[in-house]
Amino acid sequence: MATPARRKPKAAAAKAAPRRKKAAAKAKPKPQVSRDELLGFYREMLLIRRFEEKAGQLYGMGLIGGFCHLYIGQEAVVVGMQAAAREQDTMVTSYRDHGHMLVSGMDPKGVMAELTGRRGGYSKGKGGSMHMFSREAGFFGGHGIVAAQVPIGTGLAFAHKYRQDGGICVTYLGDGAINQGQVSEAFNMASLWQLPAIYVIENNKYGMGTSVERASATTDLHRRGDAFDIPGMQVDGMDVLAVKAAAEVATAHCRAGKGPYVLEMKTYRYRGHSMSDPAKYRTKEEVSKVRQESDPIDYARDLIFENKMADEASLKETDREVKALVTEAAEFAQQSPEPEPEELYTDVLVEA
Amino acid sequence: MPIQVLMPALSPTMTEGKLAKWLKNEGDAVSAGDALCEIETDKATMEVEAVDEGTLGKILVAEGVEGVAVNTPIAVILAEGEDASALQGMAAAPAPAQQAAPEADTVAPVTVPASAPTAPATPPEEETTSANTVTQTVREALRDAMAEEMHRDESVFLMGEEVGQYQGAYKISQGLLDEFGARRVVDTPITEHGFAGLGVGAAFGGLRPIVEFMTFNFAMQAIDHIINSASKTLYMSGGQMGCPIVFRGPNGAAARVAAQHSQCYASWYAHCPGLKVVSPYSAADAKGLLKSAIRDPNPVIFLENEILYGSSFEVPDDPDFTVPIGRAKIERAGGDVTITAFSLMVEAALQAAESLAAEGIEAEVVNLRSLRPFDTDTVVQSVQKTNRMVSVEEGWPAAGIGSELAAQMMEHAFDHLDAPVARVTGTDVPMPYAANLEQLTIPRPDNIVAAAKAVCYR
Ligand SMILES: Cc1ncc(C[n+]2csc(CCOP(=O)(O)OP(=O)(O)O)c2C)c(N)n1
Ligand SMILES: [Mg+2]
Repeated sequence: MATPARRKPKAAAAKAAPRRKKAAAKAKPKPQVSRDELLGFYREMLLIRRFEEKAGQLYGMGLIGGFCHLYIGQEAVVVGMQAAAREQDTMVTSYRDHGHMLVSGMDPKGVMAELTGRRGGYSKGKGGSMHMFSREAGFFGGHGIVAAQVPIGTGLAFAHKYRQDGGICVTYLGDGAINQGQVSEAFNMASLWQLPAIYVIENNKYGMGTSVERASATTDLHRRGDAFDIPGMQVDGMDVLAVKAAAEVATAHCRAGKGPYVLEMKTYRYRGHSMSDPAKYRTKEEVSKVRQESDPIDYARDLIFENKMADEASLKETDREVKALVTEAAEFAQQSPEPEPEELYTDVLVEA
Repeated sequence: MPIQVLMPALSPTMTEGKLAKWLKNEGDAVSAGDALCEIETDKATMEVEAVDEGTLGKILVAEGVEGVAVNTPIAVILAEGEDASALQGMAAAPAPAQQAAPEADTVAPVTVPASAPTAPATPPEEETTSANTVTQTVREALRDAMAEEMHRDESVFLMGEEVGQYQGAYKISQGLLDEFGARRVVDTPITEHGFAGLGVGAAFGGLRPIVEFMTFNFAMQAIDHIINSASKTLYMSGGQMGCPIVFRGPNGAAARVAAQHSQCYASWYAHCPGLKVVSPYSAADAKGLLKSAIRDPNPVIFLENEILYGSSFEVPDDPDFTVPIGRAKIERAGGDVTITAFSLMVEAALQAAESLAAEGIEAEVVNLRSLRPFDTDTVVQSVQKTNRMVSVEEGWPAAGIGSELAAQMMEHAFDHLDAPVARVTGTDVPMPYAANLEQLTIPRPDNIVAAAKAVCYR
């Protein structure tokens, strides 16, 4: 019957460029990006988006419980940051953590099965959406207390420096979290001790229902390190290439032993704060404007077409692959059994 | 295959809702993320977004219908290339059984006595002993324990306020900066919440931090990281994220420093699974337990006492001497009444035992040493012998260590008790400053004597 609707007519896609107004003016010339790299970014962002949509759907079916915070809209941040990461680096974030885990190389099946509270989940079903970890992938959580990850990430950076393993810890935090006292405490120590720490503030404009303007006396969040002599940069967090360029500057700074760096990513979450948020604090127009004008995935897609790096058909193929991965994850997450009752008592203490 | 859109659960507690409004009509094209309809729950009205691409083939639940159960099919989306014929027979699809979280009664979390989790899983190994001893203060013993463990393991480091250049606010870390350098003896800013969290991160990152709190009173600023980050993450990670860290410092009342500087936190920390909690009395306890705590792969709360820092005791000189966590110690044997105590209160209990002996009552003094896990066996065995028990602690009575011990004796030694367990505790008030009032607040040997006589009906 009718062809599936697109948010933009196909023909328009190729010339839908003039959207990054402010950030485009600020950003440096676009870094060179290879075809493979850009296609990789597209694929990873799409994987996060489809994964999150599926998680939302499973939540709606009652298969995922409790709090579940989706990352839809913010995909470019973690994908661009990860482009500058090395094997020995570590990462830590808040409860809005599914995207971070997927780009860390964690298996979508294990992540989704943790969301459904099953044995096959990364925490054997005992952590849930907000508390997942993989030492192997260098992903240190998954923390449910707003900003607790900031001193923890600073401690991971301390350990990198102590052991001289050349690693950096990238700590993600929200625009709401930035106002926690422990963030200032951590910034102070990171700068004092010149720790290899990058703090990525994901400014999605709201902490739950409170806009940045209503929560922060100064809204230039990239300057929050000023008092501690930590350099900061504001970045268009909807442009994966701008994020990558910023990540390269920050990681080079850290790897040169010059101490911490703050990156403020201007981004946006499309969904409510968590699944049960009716989002009455913002207008529908605000949300749909961002979706239509600055969607990070559409943007990457346009770039791919503009530069003739792939055609419609091959991106469709990517879409199918991603969809298959997510479907497989969702099936696994429903088939994996619930934890054995005996698991209730395990993992409280490490056997001495 | 046409895709069914089900009535979603929009909050952790929602079971049904009202289909307030359709935002798309049959035949409309939809793409992932488009708002399909509005659902009203008891709390809010929310939009439901499409997850799949296609055409809205059929609306199964009309606008305005209330009480639509979660997971009822509300619409059908046709995929690319499908037409309405694919809908045949789909309209009246029954609602799938709701796959909600299992009912609480399918798991039975309370099938073991409440005390079971606090008992050590395996009996801890014996205390290592050595024939030769040296006389040391508690202060020196703590210092030596840290120095020995720092030599033994390069990943051990000390951090805290004034631990380095100042040589420790109470001189516990005397000389460590010279011996190990600033990389491993780290002076922190006054930032308890921050450096406790940083220590936890360093422990996740493979180091073994010893975090000194100038006193445990200030650790209240850090307690979020101690409990939420250090003690729970192993569990929340399904066993991946061990956190080998020691939080140590003086606990309880010092002398004349009043309410904000004089609180015992033993029962606060002993309450929490995922922690080990110890509180030494003698220099040998201090050294042996601190070494065990540093080697332990779990977060350990190490509660010292400022007044004991200068007290001298005999300490085994064997560098491998350790005291296992989870083992109490009989400080004085006796058959008439059991007195349990920890930290400075062991001294008061021993003094009370002397006085009682003069009156013909032989008290057995049990130095608890570990508050999580409790050495229930040792206390029970003592009570089986004496049939009477007095618990002594500096902390407040409500939900205190004595409350827990009394409950444990009911569970494990009920038939052996000839009198109710008596508690001698700090008075249920914030610590006063005035010398005479302060004295009235902290348990004294004569309070213990009175309690012991009462349970002996003397
Ligand atoms: C210490 C603490 N206070 C409050 C909360 C409840 N809470 C959870 S998320 C959140 C908003 C955080 O907003 P932000 O840092 O901007 O992150 P975002 O959700 O936008 O990713 C709040 C208040 C919490 N989890 N922890
Ligand atoms: Mg936010």
